[in-house]
Amino acid sequence: MAIGVKVMKRPSDEVSYIRATLKGMALTFKHMFQARVTMEYPEAKSTDDWRIATRWRGTHRMMTDEQGRSKCVACGLCPQVCPANCIKLVPGEDEKGHRYPLIYEIDEFRCVFCGYCQEVCPEEAIHVGVHYENAEYSRDRFVYDLERLQAQTHPVSTLWDPADPRGQ
Amino acid sequence: MSPLEKGFLLLAVVKMIAVFSMVMVGVALLTLMERKVAGWMQNRPGPNRVGPMGILQPAADGIKNFIKEETRPVSANSFLFLLAPALSFIPAVMLIAVIPLAAPLPVDFDTVLPLIGRVAYHGLMPIAVADLPIGFVFILAFSSLGVYGIALAGWSSNSKYSLIGGLRASAQLISYEVAMGLSLIPLLLISGNASFSDIIARQQQGLWFIMPLFLSFFVFLISGFAETNRLPFDLPEAESELVAGYHAEYSAMKFSLFMIAEYAHIVTVAAMVATLFFGGWDIPFTHWDERGGLLQTIVTHGFFFAKMFFWIFFVMWIRWTLPRFRYDQLMAVGWKILLPLSLGYIMVIAIAIQVIEHGFGWTDPRAEGLSLFVLNLVLGWLVFWVLDSGRVVRGIAPRARSAAASGRGN
Ligand code: SF4
Ligand code: SF4
Repeated sequence: MAIGVKVMKRPSDEVSYIRATLKGMALTFKHMFQARVTMEYPEAKSTDDWRIATRWRGTHRMMTDEQGRSKCVACGLCPQVCPANCIKLVPGEDEKGHRYPLIYEIDEFRCVFCGYCQEVCPEEAIHVGVHYENAEYSRDRFVYDLERLQAQTHPVSTLWDPADPRGQ
Repeated sequence: MSPLEKGFLLLAVVKMIAVFSMVMVGVALLTLMERKVAGWMQNRPGPNRVGPMGILQPAADGIKNFIKEETRPVSANSFLFLLAPALSFIPAVMLIAVIPLAAPLPVDFDTVLPLIGRVAYHGLMPIAVADLPIGFVFILAFSSLGVYGIALAGWSSNSKYSLIGGLRASAQLISYEVAMGLSLIPLLLISGNASFSDIIARQQQGLWFIMPLFLSFFVFLISGFAETNRLPFDLPEAESELVAGYHAEYSAMKFSLFMIAEYAHIVTVAAMVATLFFGGWDIPFTHWDERGGLLQTIVTHGFFFAKMFFWIFFVMWIRWTLPRFRYDQLMAVGWKILLPLSLGYIMVIAIAIQVIEHGFGWTDPRAEGLSLFVLNLVLGWLVFWVLDSGRVVRGIAPRARSAAASGRGN
């Protein structure tokens, strides 16, 4: 025997081949008549025992105020914290001295969905969303601009709360 | 050419086209069935998107395979690379040609057809493309041809995985071919003829060969699995070790041909088990099916199909139950169990037939079958008792155990 071959000690007296095979076949046959557990996705998006987590971090959503403007004050924290460097922010200032984003774009392909942007935002403006159906026909559709981020309607992620670690 | 010869040829062509298209469609549907059965056994619904209940899935797969890009490795031997899928496909499909699919149909016509002139046929038409007197030998010969396709595919792809797959396939098929051929000798001893029609006729007079020749059936079934290259014998493809084994470098329709060959092999093995051990198209407990007629042909074909279908299902059932063998275990099963078992069985059956026919003088097929059946009960129990308790396929366990025992002694 070659050196270093691991030798398994198996209970060779209790070994069974034919009985074990028949047992296995009985088991697989039984399974053919059991209930299917598949959730058939496009028709059913959640079942009684499964739904998407509220802390799911998907594509972003920009919150708006009552006048429909984005809540973002262009503080620059989210592009600063973003580990993937995928937020493009050009700040602007109106005549009253209110800062707002001139350009606010998120490249969802480069995003790693860490959720830091939502955590860091002082205005609770940018959020990661509970959303996963993002198919598009072209790559450039994945750079979401401000308008698009504001137009999203899906629920936003509830981030991890140290006071309530299990999210209940 | 005489009208009779023309009639024979015409019927042969018609049967050929019918059987070929049936096999092709059947194989396509089998791929669906396989995935459905796999799904059901794993509490999944299986493919159900294309068409009602997923029934059009094979069509979608077929179209996909036709429009996919054909790739060819630069360093592959292009002629053999092209030849290999054909070589594995053709024998697989040809096998079904000699198996009688139903009771012979009485045909009687004498007409003048356009272009070919006067054609005539009188008498029973066997429902097999070619009812060869050596059908049995034909099957053994052609089923071993399939290995050339696989071995060539592995070699000509010029890839290490393919090569290993091809080598494994040749070794495996050659080993199991021996056991397969030998396991059927007792069957020839009883039926005394190598033509499928006679084998079926003999089973109609006596018992289905599953009863008097149970161990033959056992060995044949296992080697049949090995011949189809399916789990638990799919060492040639072994996706966890060899990517996809001998067809790793193939794409599109060439890959499909290997797939079709595999499923055609399943059909053949199932049809052979049904024919050789379960009476073929015979309907048990009645002689109505032997009288001949259109209705009889249709009903017996239904019976044949049901038997075949069960064994096709069985092949899939096993696939989704058992894991793959280790290679040395595979060889051990082939050479150390199946081969001696079938050799010994030939001796026992030959002696038993001699004793029964000449010692006791029971030449009636049924009495002979029953006495062999009793013998098989004893033998089968013995063989299973030995096999089951792991006294044969031990691997390295006994050495480990004796080492442990000596360790205790010190
Ligand atoms: S989720 Fe993370 S990676 Fe994505 S934009 Fe926000 S901070 Fe950047
Ligand atoms: S952290 Fe919030 S307020 Fe600051 S730039 Fe980003 S989105 Fe705007």
